[in-house]
Amino acid sequence: MTTATIRAVTPLARPARQGRLSWVAAAAVLVSLLALLPLGFVIWMAVQAGWDTVYALVFRPRVGELLVNTVLLVAVTVPVCVALAVALAWLTERSDLPGARTWSWLAVAPLAVPAFVHSYAWISLVPGLKGLGGGVLVSVLAYFPFLYLPVAAAMRRLDPGMEDTAASLGESPWGVFFRVVLPQLRLAIWGGSLLIGLHLLAEYGLFVMIRFDTFTTAIVDQFQSTYNGPAANMLAGVLVLCCFVLLGMEAGTRGRERYARVGSGAARQPQPRRLGRFTALCLLLPLLTAVLSLGVPLITLTRWLVAGGMSVWQLADFGPALGQTIMLALAGALLTTVVAVPMAWLSIRAPGRLQRVLEGGNYLTGSLPGIVVALALVTITVRVALPIYQTVVTVLLAYMLMFLPRALINLRAGIAQAPVELEQVARSLGRSPTQALWQITLRLAAPSAASGMAMVFLAITTELTATLLLSPNGTQTLATAFWSHTSEIDYAGAAPYALIMVLLSLPLTWLLYLQSRRSAGR
Amino acid sequence: MTALELHALHKSYGPVRALGGVDLRVGEGSRTAIVGPSGSGKTTLLRIIAGFEAPDAGRVLLGGQLLADGPAIVPAHQRGIGYVPQDGALFPHLTVADNVGFGLPRDTPQRDQRIAELMDMVALDAAMLQRRPHELSGGQQQRVALARALAQRPRLMLLDEPFSALDTGLRAATRKAVAQLLQAAGITTILVTHDQAEALSFADQVAVMRDGQLAQVGRPLDLYQRPVDPATASFLGEAVVLPAQLSNGWAECALGRIEADDTQRSGAVQIMLRPEQLQLTEVPANATADSADSTACLGEVLEADFCGPVCELSVRLLNAPQGNAPLLVRSPGLHVPAVGARVRITVVGQAHVFA
Repeated sequence: MTTATIRAVTPLARPARQGRLSWVAAAAVLVSLLALLPLGFVIWMAVQAGWDTVYALVFRPRVGELLVNTVLLVAVTVPVCVALAVALAWLTERSDLPGARTWSWLAVAPLAVPAFVHSYAWISLVPGLKGLGGGVLVSVLAYFPFLYLPVAAAMRRLDPGMEDTAASLGESPWGVFFRVVLPQLRLAIWGGSLLIGLHLLAEYGLFVMIRFDTFTTAIVDQFQSTYNGPAANMLAGVLVLCCFVLLGMEAGTRGRERYARVGSGAARQPQPRRLGRFTALCLLLPLLTAVLSLGVPLITLTRWLVAGGMSVWQLADFGPALGQTIMLALAGALLTTVVAVPMAWLSIRAPGRLQRVLEGGNYLTGSLPGIVVALALVTITVRVALPIYQTVVTVLLAYMLMFLPRALINLRAGIAQAPVELEQVARSLGRSPTQALWQITLRLAAPSAASGMAMVFLAITTELTATLLLSPNGTQTLATAFWSHTSEIDYAGAAPYALIMVLLSLPLTWLLYLQSRRSAGR
Repeated sequence: MTALELHALHKSYGPVRALGGVDLRVGEGSRTAIVGPSGSGKTTLLRIIAGFEAPDAGRVLLGGQLLADGPAIVPAHQRGIGYVPQDGALFPHLTVADNVGFGLPRDTPQRDQRIAELMDMVALDAAMLQRRPHELSGGQQQRVALARALAQRPRLMLLDEPFSALDTGLRAATRKAVAQLLQAAGITTILVTHDQAEALSFADQVAVMRDGQLAQVGRPLDLYQRPVDPATASFLGEAVVLPAQLSNGWAECALGRIEADDTQRSGAVQIMLRPEQLQLTEVPANATADSADSTACLGEVLEADFCGPVCELSVRLLNAPQGNAPLLVRSPGLHVPAVGARVRITVVGQAHVFA
């Protein structure tokens, strides 16, 4: 037993910690600089074009039209989503609605259907659907789960004691809801609304299919007709401004109130409110939502699959698309997660000003529409890095820039669960700092990293816009294959691709649902 | 023989000075407790000894070997110093066996047997080896953490408040068991704590830390009875500090003439008594100073705080000058004078004279 008595000690060295810190910081800075490329591109384009060109391209009726469309879309869709999500969340979490668990899952499940598949389902059921009304209808059905998830989780966490107190102070049940419950859901509602708003700005496929023009569809049109003209770039600039307006509105109105429970002890379990004779009436809402958001895609898909028969399952087309999608999604998820490690480590172990700035840059790019990222990468690769233009490298880079925040959020949570003391103990037991990071911290963060990777994977399998613009000739993913079929009005031929995308997304949607329930402690 | 030597260690975090010149020698196989209020720099000192941080200036030597010379340090993983943090910090993803064996290379001969021995050493059942850390109680987790640190036969063991997370009864028992175990293994140990009773009972040598410096280092009994200044005195336990006139080894003070531990000096000094050195005898209410012998010191009980075995009394001196603070006296809980009772105060043992 002489192995561990007195170790051979190397000569004095500079503290290793500092060396590693700077190594990690350098990696994080590099990643963040990459992340700022799209934003830098938009600014650079505007500066290069000069004021006159910018003025001529931005202040014209077409841009005004698009702006009105976009503002109306966001202004109508988001409030409808809020109302629907809050009502559903209250019914499933705080009332004795029969089958509440099932309805709750059915309210999350529409996330498994990509937005452009929702649109495809509706347009083939109601061919006349178009314009603002159609856009709002399909957007609400495709995106309301983004609000339902956080609102339901927040409602589960609410302390019923506060509602009891408000009632004892003379508030009517409706008064309690509006003055006590709703204000506490504010963070959840704001966060979810921002997410939906950004999705509405970025979505391409959904709106093209029902012929509703937004900035994103107009940019793609411009790009396809004039390739890389300043017109598309200027539209992208306006779109980025719209994103900033949304981000600013959310940050400015979020407020600084405390939402955590004051006081010690655990909150009581809420008593579900009895619906009584309104039960049947209340059941109508989740039922109708499920029929519209899940029933319609299900019926349409089934119809096209039956109509297409076996002939649409062309393995020669189908196999490569599935294989390429999975390869791209795996590579993208892996790359994004690995690249997020330095940033995540820094934000937990060495938080500071540098880290906040870097992290902010990453989140900003993550909230930019895929079309802007794609446009930036096309221009930059054509001008300065032609060898990687139209290669897998560029596509993966775009995925990384767009989905880095998803990996980052999950990794951060994971690393936060591995306290620094564990790393220290490992070092006192003879592990080098890098070994300690690898064997302890990253091992403990692995489940979170995996869930982050899964989310990036899911996002990539259904990503359409950037893939359309950037993918090398001959590359077909499920999303782009689906898209080329629907563009030729071959709805039956598109059905298998839609089905596979939904099936791939389902397990991850289930995971998201479980995670939101667990984070609420039940 | 000296195992660990610290020479003039300095460490600052920006404008905040954590250590301002710390010197300490720790004997081979001995137990040293570093005690101080929170924010006194004791944890920083421990982290520098462990190698998690580098000092700005100063040297650390272990067994004559230089571990740190200013910012140039031997990294933690090459020091062979055992470390048990406050909450044990067991690796949650590993079983108890893997935790204990973490510092043992895979190819160690008879590795499993060694792990079983370590479990035996810390008085844990080998059946626990396959459990996960969250399935253990707090005391058991602490023992596993100790076994894990012992596995690599450290030259020095650092304990960072390892007992503070345990409840009172378990705390004393675990402390005693750990002290015996380390003594038997002959491992030099440093314990960091903010609990002075823990420090006094655990260590051969106690170092009191204040504002980044060691105020006093010595044997527990010496420190308790002869602290360097009133602040150290009251940090180590309740103290009665009085002004006195010293001559020929006797101190004249509000309590009368008391034997002092300094026979050399004379003049105005400050003396210290521990509350348990004061004894009370109840006297009839009409007794006055002149009715008894003239050296007797009389007082009146103002408050009585019953804590079970002892009772803490607050006593006002009757013949003291105005404005004198009441004395704290610890009296056995059996015969406690009532509030308002008149008592005679006698002093047992010597009074300590502050330098």
